[in-house]
Formats: sequence, C-alpha cells, structure tokens
Amino acid sequence: MRVMTVKLCYFAWVRERVGKGEEVVELPEGIGSVADLVAWLRSRGPEYAAAFQRADVIRAAIDRTHVKPTAAIAGAREIAFFPPVTGG
Amino acid sequence: MAVRVQREPFDIGAEVARLIAGRTDIGAVVTFSGLVRDVNDGRRVTAIWLEHYPGMTEEELARVEAEAQLRWPLQASLVMHRYGKLSPGETIVLVVTASAHRQAAFEAAEFLMDYLKTRAPFWKKEEMGAQGGQWVEARQSDDAAAARWDRR
Repeated sequence: MRVMTVKLCYFAWVRERVGKGEEVVELPEGIGSVADLVAWLRSRGPEYAAAFQRADVIRAAIDRTHVKPTAAIAGAREIAFFPPVTGG
Repeated sequence: MAVRVQREPFDIGAEVARLIAGRTDIGAVVTFSGLVRDVNDGRRVTAIWLEHYPGMTEEELARVEAEAQLRWPLQASLVMHRYGKLSPGETIVLVVTASAHRQAAFEAAEFLMDYLKTRAPFWKKEEMGAQGGQWVEARQSDDAAAARWDRR
C-alpha cells in the first residue's frame, strides 16, 4: 500500500483550534475512512485533540462534497473538516 | 439560474430587475432576504463574521439550485450569499425564484433557504463588543425544516 498525500482544510472553530486553515499531510497505512482519519488526527497533538474532541459534531467534505464519517478517502485530493454549517 | 458569493453588499431591487428583464413568460416572482439581527438568543450582537469554503460554497449552492429546478417549474432563480464582516441590518442572503404561477415560486424559495441553511458551507461568528466573539451553533429546527422536503 503506497503512502497517500492529501490536503486537509479546516474551517470555523476547527480551524481556530488546530491553529491553521490548511496543510498537506502524508497518511500512514490503514486509514481507510473519514472516521479513521479523524482518529489519527486526534493523536497528532493537543491542538488536534481539542479540535476533534467532539467527533460527533464534526462534519467532513471530500473534494468539496459533503460525506459521512464512513466514507472512503481513497483517491481524495482535498478533505475538509468543519462544524455544522450556520449560513443563511 | 445563478449563484453568487461575494463580500460586497447588493441591491435587491436591481438583482430582481436584472433576473426578469425582457422576460414575458414569468407570472410570479418570490424574493427572500435574510438580514443580520442585533440580538441573537438574548445576546447583543455588534457585527457578524461569515466564513465560508471558497469553491465548495459555489458548488454546493449550485447543487441546491439544480435540485430546486428538478422539483419545480422555475423560469429563473438566483441565490446570493455574502461573506466577511456584516453589521446589523445588512442583507446576508438573497433567494429569488420566478415561475409561471406563485405556488412553485413560493415553495422553491422556501426549499432553497431550508436546504442552503443545512448544506452551504458558511459559518457565522457573532461579535459582541468587548465580550469578544462566539461561533453560532447550528439549530435543530433548521435540520427539521430541511428534512421535511425529504419526504416529498
């Protein structure tokens, strides 16, 4: 299995807690779903643990389309994490 | 059929006039505009900051508009949404729907608002003067409003 490089984007309080709006990361093997990715991110440091503490309220998008936590990330170029939207 | 996301204010009357200019097949136009309030959940709000996801915002609004086109016979539609800093009284969002008859225009406008509120990637932060800022929490009533269209 080859290493997967992906761009991650963060918005609203997820961005504030992580401390950056985007980054490019190399994912280790075994991360198949959005939920797996969230679990891995939480292990990256206290700022990530704080941002992804309430995993049930975090929403995700793969390549600018809403997805569920069970969604596969294979082939994704850009994965975004954010709170429930509050526009309108 | 158009979606616009911008920082600048807009003139609702001018937008409606442009949408229906030269058209003689439109019998009904419905506009909805959403404004910034100075009080939310009992807190005084001095301004709001609207963050969005450039690229996805436009794509998601276009998907919501396309869904409305599938469900109702619309002759024209427009969805505009602002981002950045807005003061109380300013317009945040504008939805315009045009159809031969009023029912489709009314229903489609309501659908567009309900769907964009739960799908378009915008986040509001309220500024409360010296007390700092606070991210607005999503409302369950918005999810319920959007869900009622799923049954149709």
